Amino acid sequence: MSLLLERIRKSYREPGGNRIPVLGIQRFAMNQGEQVALIGASGGGKTTLLNIISGILTPDSGRVVVDGSDIAAKQEVVRDRFRAAKIGIVFQTFNLLPAFSALENVLLGMSFSGRGVDRAFAKQLLERVGLGHRLHHSPQKLSVGEQQRVAVARSLANKPVLLLADEPTANVDLANQQLILDLIRDTCRDHNVTLLMVTHSSDVAGTFARVENLKDFNRPELCLQEQSV
Amino acid sequence: MNLISIAWKSLKQRRLASCLTAFSIALGVMLMVLVLVMFGAVDSAFTQRSIAYDLIVGPKGSDLQLVLSAVYRMQPPIENLPYLYLEQMKNDRRVISAVPLAFGDVTQEGSFPIIGTTPEYFENDYMPGRAFKIRGTRVNGLLDTIIGYEVARKNGWDIGSSFTIVHGGAESGHVHDEKFVVVAVLAPTGTANDRTVFLNLEGFYAIAGHSKPVAEVEKRLRDFYAADPERLAAAMTQIEAFRKAETEEAGAAHNHAHHHHHETPDAMKEVTAILIKTRPEAPFDSLSLTSQLQTGYQAMAVNPVRPIQKLVTGLLGNIQKALVALTGIIILVSGVGIFVSIYNSMADRRREIGIMRALGARRMHVFGIVLSESTLLCVGGGLLGWFIGHSLAVIAAPWLIEKTGLLINPWAVNPWEATLFPILVGLAALVGFLPAMTAYRTNVADALSS
Repeated sequence: MSLLLERIRKSYREPGGNRIPVLGIQRFAMNQGEQVALIGASGGGKTTLLNIISGILTPDSGRVVVDGSDIAAKQEVVRDRFRAAKIGIVFQTFNLLPAFSALENVLLGMSFSGRGVDRAFAKQLLERVGLGHRLHHSPQKLSVGEQQRVAVARSLANKPVLLLADEPTANVDLANQQLILDLIRDTCRDHNVTLLMVTHSSDVAGTFARVENLKDFNRPELCLQEQSV
Repeated sequence: MNLISIAWKSLKQRRLASCLTAFSIALGVMLMVLVLVMFGAVDSAFTQRSIAYDLIVGPKGSDLQLVLSAVYRMQPPIENLPYLYLEQMKNDRRVISAVPLAFGDVTQEGSFPIIGTTPEYFENDYMPGRAFKIRGTRVNGLLDTIIGYEVARKNGWDIGSSFTIVHGGAESGHVHDEKFVVVAVLAPTGTANDRTVFLNLEGFYAIAGHSKPVAEVEKRLRDFYAADPERLAAAMTQIEAFRKAETEEAGAAHNHAHHHHHETPDAMKEVTAILIKTRPEAPFDSLSLTSQLQTGYQAMAVNPVRPIQKLVTGLLGNIQKALVALTGIIILVSGVGIFVSIYNSMADRRREIGIMRALGARRMHVFGIVLSESTLLCVGGGLLGWFIGHSLAVIAAPWLIEKTGLLINPWAVNPWEATLFPILVGLAALVGFLPAMTAYRTNVADALSS
């Protein structure tokens, strides 16, 4: 099992003190190397779920097991190190750092893993996404599609076991959408990386063997029920 | 990529703001370096052994004025001492060298001080372990002169040049008739000797108008030797003989309409100061000589360093401290500028910090990156300022040496400068702490969704 969510509860507290329930997931699991498209309405908690899986946020209760480790039970500093080493993230808005070149953005992903930087592998990743000739270009000098390809390369820099992609093709033109989608999926398949991709596009979701709609397994009201109990 | 290189990239992204804030630190450090170089030059010129003599003997008066006039040639002389007293000093068993200085006149061109002295002055070291290097011939004639390096450079004089001198300082306007000739030029010494013209002492006495009326000399000798009737009597014998000779000569001149030059007796001569070297094996000689002179004749012996040292450490030392404090405040204000610059950028960089955290950067990583930025700005600016400060000192040194006579070493590192960089690192930590804490506390999920 690559990813296992059990009895996840997450709610936010309003400034007035009221709790807003966001996630109430009894069980969600993915096998190693499996690729899942996660769909759901805006504001339904998809980004919160990705943040919990990546260890950026912690659930109010429940287990988040990635590659055999319950990261929800670990201290923040351990979660940070775990995320750097085992989880890759591709954002909808690419989130490349403008001060760094394409190569440096990939190296930056390696810098925080504690395993040192592997320049040759970073170059290899960029060549694989078709940017071997644009290693030293800053993000501003790259097209939107190229920027997202750099982001994909960066997400794979630490050879993660799990890749979380948050609508990676939403801001990309049609010509690049399929290219990036294929790139992410093929690379994950080649390296046996588990892929959880959030998407609003039924076209994108349609290419996945397993499609999960968050509303089918998320019952936020569970947060309130347990609170009242 | 380490934290420093990430911080450097971040600074490069905000190139203008980074340059301006680093430059403000550089300006502060540059000013501090210039102050320290200047005061370092003053300090080494006045507080170290800049003269290879143990004592300066002069008429009673201000010890500071005696040192400033005899060693630095910056002040007019106090008064004169009888030449006989020089002989007395030479005969003292504690004295191994007594060199007379007679001064008060200046060159007509450039107003360089004129000093009458003996060849012994050039045989002795001008600073401990440093002997004069002289290009030219020995002083033989009464009007032969040796000139300092700066005199030669400034006035464009060399061996064979001739010049006139002004009596009693440039403002008197009375130009002596004698034409003096340069027979030798000194190599640079970095001391007041560079700005001095040296005459043979006998030549100094031979200048028309330098001999005082007999009555005035007699009165001075009576005052000076009031407590030593034996020496006074010997001096008076010479004075009487000279007076008689003068009277006879005046009569002869009247009868034959011509003039005979005759030798000036020692009692009629005066010196302005006497440089004394005592026996090196007897360090208390200079102390005993000083105390003896304090109670004896109308003279005093001063240590050539101590009066200046008192002035420098007392007055100039405080001015230096005030100026260093002022430049310190400038650096501190520049530090506040760095704080404002980094702190203001934090709002724009919230997302950037969120991204780094999402990539696995820990809170201490982003804290360290921001702190590295302030350190790079402070230390980088400091290094730049240090280099500019010393470079300006290199450029300004020839002009300052010419104007002040101070021996400036533009690359000399003051001990205060060694403490500058640890202080700058401390300042960086201080001004970087709050922005770094802002980075440390950044909520990753909020920052990414912003």
